[in-house]
Amino acid sequence: MLALLFAVAAGLVGSFALMKRMLLAGDVISHLALPGFGLAFLLKINPLLGAATTLFLGTLLIWQLQKKTGLATENVIGVVFAAALGIGAAITPSDELIEALFGKNHATTLLGFLLGALAVAFIIAAIWKLRDKLVLTLFSPELAMATGVKVDRVNLCFLLLFSLTILVGLRFMGALLAGSLIILPAAIGRRLTNKMSHFLIASSVASSLSVGAGLLLNSVVPKFGPGPSIVMVAALLFVICLFKRS
Amino acid sequence: MDRVRGKVAIVTGGAKTILSVKDLTVSLDGRSILSGLSFELHAGEMLAIIGPNGAGKTVLLKTLLHILPYQGEIHWVESARIGYVPQRVVADRQLPLSARDLLNAEARFLQLSPADIERVASATDLTAEVLNTNIGILSGGQFQKVLIAAALLGRPNVILFDEPTASLDELTEERVYELLNRIREEQGITVILVSHDLSVVYRYATTVLCVGKGRPCFGPPKEVLTPEALEALYSAPPKFYQHLQDHHGV
Repeated sequence: MLALLFAVAAGLVGSFALMKRMLLAGDVISHLALPGFGLAFLLKINPLLGAATTLFLGTLLIWQLQKKTGLATENVIGVVFAAALGIGAAITPSDELIEALFGKNHATTLLGFLLGALAVAFIIAAIWKLRDKLVLTLFSPELAMATGVKVDRVNLCFLLLFSLTILVGLRFMGALLAGSLIILPAAIGRRLTNKMSHFLIASSVASSLSVGAGLLLNSVVPKFGPGPSIVMVAALLFVICLFKRS
Repeated sequence: MDRVRGKVAIVTGGAKTILSVKDLTVSLDGRSILSGLSFELHAGEMLAIIGPNGAGKTVLLKTLLHILPYQGEIHWVESARIGYVPQRVVADRQLPLSARDLLNAEARFLQLSPADIERVASATDLTAEVLNTNIGILSGGQFQKVLIAAALLGRPNVILFDEPTASLDELTEERVYELLNRIREEQGITVILVSHDLSVVYRYATTVLCVGKGRPCFGPPKEVLTPEALEALYSAPPKFYQHLQDHHGV
């Protein structure tokens, strides 16, 4: 259930990430969680707490470095990603590394479910509220600024919502694959339609279908794991979409 | 026209001052772009900012919009509502965004009604077909009209145009300027225009501001754009000015 809710949020966030041309950058952001997992395992605290800490600190670091150094986003993200992956791989116990990278089936506690559902509801509501500012910003940041949009703040909010989406998906998708559900459904939605509203809906539906069918596949073949199963279904949907006439 | 200690003389008259700029200095990445610029603009005027490439014309517009950091004073009257048409918007052809989507987003952000979109579409001759077309596949002229419509949406009484016809063919350019002039006359909007086209400046501008080499100049086109001033500004021979005189009887 939480996975399906996450799918809707991932579809929406992914749609705007695609339009901002930061899909791959977003995938990389998900790796920022890895050092947090490692630290959490070492300190014997909840892994998600560790992941959330490094994910959001890393996101803020990327935003600040980008503002202060004037380097391109992909450049800054690349540097932070490489550092996070190195540190994460070094400190995460090898038994837990695979789980951290690819996710695992977990029985969700009631508190975990409620917190996850709350986060997803927040993401969807925030994206809906931000949508006009995001559209104006991605069309032309200067025009948006002249209209009164605080572009810096909008970009930061989007990055944080992006990170929150990744965080919700980490438990069952893993740090390596959580970004995939932001990339693939958006690519499917874009392939299917040229209209903004239809695009947002199509991405969310594609994301939900991928999660639903992926979890079904995982229940039939548990050795695949939930993350890889979901990604395989999403990739298959994308391949099917390629046959749609432009 | 008068020049005072290397700065632009302030022209004062009966009309209401809508913008006052005093000792404006802008430096970007340690490089001085504008230095000690002062001028005033009155409501209803059409100010053309001219100068060679790299002189700081676009920087001046962005500074007036408070997008760039500056030293000195920029004072808009409280009632000023500013619209902006940027020099170049590289529309991503992959964006699933129609002209209507863009105007809708802006209208919602400014808390305007859908009727306002119809108002600006009508003022800029944008048809429903163009409104529903993806911005990535609009022609240059249609795209420019969408930008002008977006600038008009918030009911501005001042519009800043940064080379609104760059990269357009001559006929489309003519139509865009006619549209701008019509809007200005019908709605009494004050216009600040950056243009490379001196014939447009002579035809439409009420006031000219030169930025770039030499001392800045400010005043009516016929008084300010002397052969000497143009040569100093563009390092171009005076025959260019003579050519303009032949065409426009200046």
